[in-house]
Amino acid sequence: MIPSAFAYERASSIREAIELLRASGGEGKLIAGGHSLLPMMKLRLTSPDTLIDIAGVEGLRAVRVTGDRLTVGALLTHDQIMTNPLVREKLPILAETASQIGDLQVRNRGTIGGNLAHADPASDLPAVALALDANLQVVSVEGSETYAAEDFFLGPLITALPENSMLTGVSFAIPPAHTRGVYEKFAHPASGYAVVGVAAVIGVNQGQVNYIRVAITGAGDVPYRAHDVENTLLGRPLTPATISDAAKLAAEDGVMADDLFASAQYRAHLCSVYVKKALLRASRIE
Amino acid sequence: MSGVFGSKVKRKEDPRLITGQGTYTDDVKLPNLAHAAILRSPYAHAVIKRVDVSKALEHPSVLAVFTGKDIVQKIGPIPTAWLPPDSDIKTTAHYALAIDKVRYVGDGVAMVVADDLYAAKDALELITVEYEVLPAVVNQEAAMGKMAPVVHEDAPNNVAFHWQAGDATDEMFANAPVHVSHRFVQQRLIPNAMEPRSSVAQYNASTGSLTMWLTSQNPHIHRLLLSGILGLPEHHIRILAIDVGGGFGSKIACYPDEALVGFAAMELGVPVKWTEERRENFLVTTHGRDMILDVEVAGEADGTLTAIRVHNIANMGAYLSTAGPGVPTILFGLIVPGAYRFAHAKVDVYGVFTNTTPTDAYRGAGRPEATYVLERIVDLFALELGMDPVEVRRKNLIGADEFPYHTALGLEYDSGNYQQSLDKALGMVKYEEFRQEQEELRSQGRYIGIGCTTYVEICGLGPSQVAGAVGFQGGLWESSTVRVHPTGKVTVFTGASPHGQGEETTFAQIVGDRLGIPIDDVEIVHGDTDRIAMGWGTYGSRTTPVGGNALAIAVDRVIEKARKIAAHMLEASEAEVEFQNGIFYISGHESGTVRQVTFQEVVLQAYLAWNLPAGVEPGLEGHSFYDPVNFVYPFGSHFCMVEVDRETGEIAILRYVAVDDCGRVINPMIAEGQVHGGIAQGIGQALWEGAVYDDRGQLLTGTFMDYAMPKAHFFPEFETAFTETPAPQNLLGVKGIGETGTIASTPAVVNAVIDALRPFGVRDLDMPLTPEKVWQAMQKGSVSA
Ligand SMILES: Cc1cc2nc3c(=O)[nH]c(=O)nc-3n(C[C@H](O)[C@H](O)[C@H](O)COP(=O)(O)OP(=O)(O)OC[C@H]3O[C@@H](n4cnc5c(N)ncnc54)[C@H](O)[C@@H]3O)c2cc1C
Repeated sequence: MIPSAFAYERASSIREAIELLRASGGEGKLIAGGHSLLPMMKLRLTSPDTLIDIAGVEGLRAVRVTGDRLTVGALLTHDQIMTNPLVREKLPILAETASQIGDLQVRNRGTIGGNLAHADPASDLPAVALALDANLQVVSVEGSETYAAEDFFLGPLITALPENSMLTGVSFAIPPAHTRGVYEKFAHPASGYAVVGVAAVIGVNQGQVNYIRVAITGAGDVPYRAHDVENTLLGRPLTPATISDAAKLAAEDGVMADDLFASAQYRAHLCSVYVKKALLRASRIE
Repeated sequence: MSGVFGSKVKRKEDPRLITGQGTYTDDVKLPNLAHAAILRSPYAHAVIKRVDVSKALEHPSVLAVFTGKDIVQKIGPIPTAWLPPDSDIKTTAHYALAIDKVRYVGDGVAMVVADDLYAAKDALELITVEYEVLPAVVNQEAAMGKMAPVVHEDAPNNVAFHWQAGDATDEMFANAPVHVSHRFVQQRLIPNAMEPRSSVAQYNASTGSLTMWLTSQNPHIHRLLLSGILGLPEHHIRILAIDVGGGFGSKIACYPDEALVGFAAMELGVPVKWTEERRENFLVTTHGRDMILDVEVAGEADGTLTAIRVHNIANMGAYLSTAGPGVPTILFGLIVPGAYRFAHAKVDVYGVFTNTTPTDAYRGAGRPEATYVLERIVDLFALELGMDPVEVRRKNLIGADEFPYHTALGLEYDSGNYQQSLDKALGMVKYEEFRQEQEELRSQGRYIGIGCTTYVEICGLGPSQVAGAVGFQGGLWESSTVRVHPTGKVTVFTGASPHGQGEETTFAQIVGDRLGIPIDDVEIVHGDTDRIAMGWGTYGSRTTPVGGNALAIAVDRVIEKARKIAAHMLEASEAEVEFQNGIFYISGHESGTVRQVTFQEVVLQAYLAWNLPAGVEPGLEGHSFYDPVNFVYPFGSHFCMVEVDRETGEIAILRYVAVDDCGRVINPMIAEGQVHGGIAQGIGQALWEGAVYDDRGQLLTGTFMDYAMPKAHFFPEFETAFTETPAPQNLLGVKGIGETGTIASTPAVVNAVIDALRPFGVRDLDMPLTPEKVWQAMQKGSVSA
């Protein structure tokens, strides 16, 4: 479990990191917490020539609220996110999700930027990014760009990140005050990653659902918004029966994976069960 | 010091181990240490057409590269050391590196030695091997088929051996009033000791002596086998296994890589280290279980069991590992009748070669498999009769007054009180209340279940005469030396080789108890063939029943001699001198009177030798080579209570109750610890663990991302208790406790889950009981509640 030889560089600014990436001619990789990259390097599934450590880049650890959005820096660790008072107040669902990632050591090292950039199909944070209409802030040689979460995850370990670019922060929509968001996860007994993870935000006004986001990770190659579930509930009263009906459509918008641990059929079923679970809890009708 | 035997003394070894002061093999650093890495076959079955190592040799840090052709003339093949009698066993040659054919993914093809570890790993990528890939076979039943790929030319139909025991006949089943049969599959497991395997070898050419640090459960066996493989005389080899981080059976075997490291150190004249990667551990360290078991029981309508038979097809992997053949035969077969009064039994075992990692002992080794099929089929038998599974067990358990009990397969169970154990467990469980609650919850669409195991196991391996009779190529006695130093401190040398079980503490308790000295005055030395006369190691829960009793006898020999000296000092006859709490005194006088000497005073005189009784030599040391007269038979009753999630098939363990009897308990905390770990591993098999190969022989569960080792938070607090039925055939009255948890828990859990699924008409499910499997079973089943 020893990676191939690599050079190690330390970037102190975003610009320097991108410059080093460019200089590596496509053979370099950024390293943040190293908790997805290093395991792959040790298995020699990837062998970058150069690691560009961005841990020392200034200004990527802030949490800020501007209007109805909350922005977190890419270098915040899962632990920093789950314990941040502003996150806990404004986006308890994000804190809850971060708290379900891996174990203490993983949460102490892994970063939100690394997690989203890595785009592991079983990662937890992509679901919450979709459910909170996240915008991913990217800097490249060309300048700054923003990607909506729904346009960002393209496939397993594949994102829309252009060449020689870096994720600098993520801004999340703070859902209306009357809503509640939860994350429900069926963890793989070996890896602890999500077999199915459901992020749901829901709000009712005058007896009818007027705000809903349901996003699912783990079930397939890419995280997805369960639009069918959302559309079914929107404008309807929130009862165990309506939730149950809508949850049946949880797999409709995704393509289920099929592996040793869970077949596509079972995964689709789990999507329904976990969407129901999440919506019931979010609606406080557990 | 009365009271130390049986008390919860904290483990003496822990401060060293938990502060990182232990000496594990990989901790060994030597001047000029070179590092080895092994190129392993990516194919399960292939002909090696060509190996080109020239590029690797050009690497500036590389000292040497060895291939199968380089070593075949220089070192011998890896032997198999357990040859079940009358089994037509095929011990096909197993070379440390494959010569013209690889037989499983991970089979060694070349070894690189370099002066730094990173270079050694990098150089592996510079070796080119041309393979001609052959079809592979991974399933043992398929491997016996006519068209199956042949793993070894000299083993037709891939049958490595065929072993039988017992007398049950077809008629006994055909004519029985009740007859239940079922096929159970014991999935393959990966032992996953926390410490990966490692070897360091240092050769002194001027003396011709080789020192090896090894992750070994049995250093003297390793010395014996390596002496043969390397062609070095035994007295020129020293094996050190100072601290070993768990083994669970996987560090019994003598491995190709161990021989290679010794060989490389001798060839190159520099010390060489090799430490397994976790990925290699998954691929090449022996696996466990993997048996296909067809089981039948015959019985009466009143629930009496009369006969049992098992047909076992065991997957031995690509080669026969050191003790591998003993597991599905002797260690499995003989205990099949379990704790019940079966009049007849029969076992029929095929060991089969496949293109998979070799299998060998894994915690429990044979007894978990036997207990599993027995406890599962007893539940099916109860179901058939509409009887409560606990009642069926109670009816058939051997009675407390029937010991020593002679089984249908020729074992003599030493002692037991199975009913008392069951009653105690039932009391803790509150069985009737659980059954009521189960009824109520079922009507609400919730499914809880309870399962039990009333087991007996065979351990404390074992009388050497029996070892010989069952084909174990060694003795199974144990040695002990108790060296008392002039100041009264004691060093114990034991041939057992504990690797995490806590004998540095429990053995000190045995000595402290007998000599009346503080346990801190006692040091236990193990795992060094130069300091310890001889020993057969730690496995089969033998360390305390065999090694511990060897120790007790050696201590008593010390006392015997010390008593002679004390009598002389007290000017009394030996017969008058009593010994208690570390004091020799004259009977009739209470301690505290003038006529007494302390153990330490006697010891000092033994060494000063100024005034010893006639015929008594100076010094004070006791030795024992203790060969037990029988195995020991721990027993107990385990209950598991579960709830199955109707929607997802997930299983929640509500409670786990274990009542075990290992005879006299030396240290309840350590005994409990053994039970806890065992239960966790056994539940791991029931619910999560399972090694899976694809058709081409690729291990699909080759990392912790896929192979589900249980984690602490998967479990409730285990409720453990002991009954103490002393072992009648050894001095200390002790039995083994290292494997009972693993043996008992797997069937208890599965019985509980199947019980919970009863309304769905589910009779059985193959382990591991993953959520999907359970869910699918509920989808198919009709709710009959
Ligand atoms: C034992 C274990 C258990 C885990 N369990 C879970 C779990 O349950 N759920 C879960 O979601 N995750 C889990 N993880 C993954 C963990 O969350 C990782 O830390 C995270 O996915 C990656 O973050 P990182 O900072 O470690 O990234 P790194 O490993 O440093 O990088 C990952 C990838 O992202 C790229 N990258 C990193 N930062 C940036 C950036 N700012 N811009 C562009 N590219 C970047 C790197 O080049 C690399 O390709 C687990 C990891 C481990 C080791």
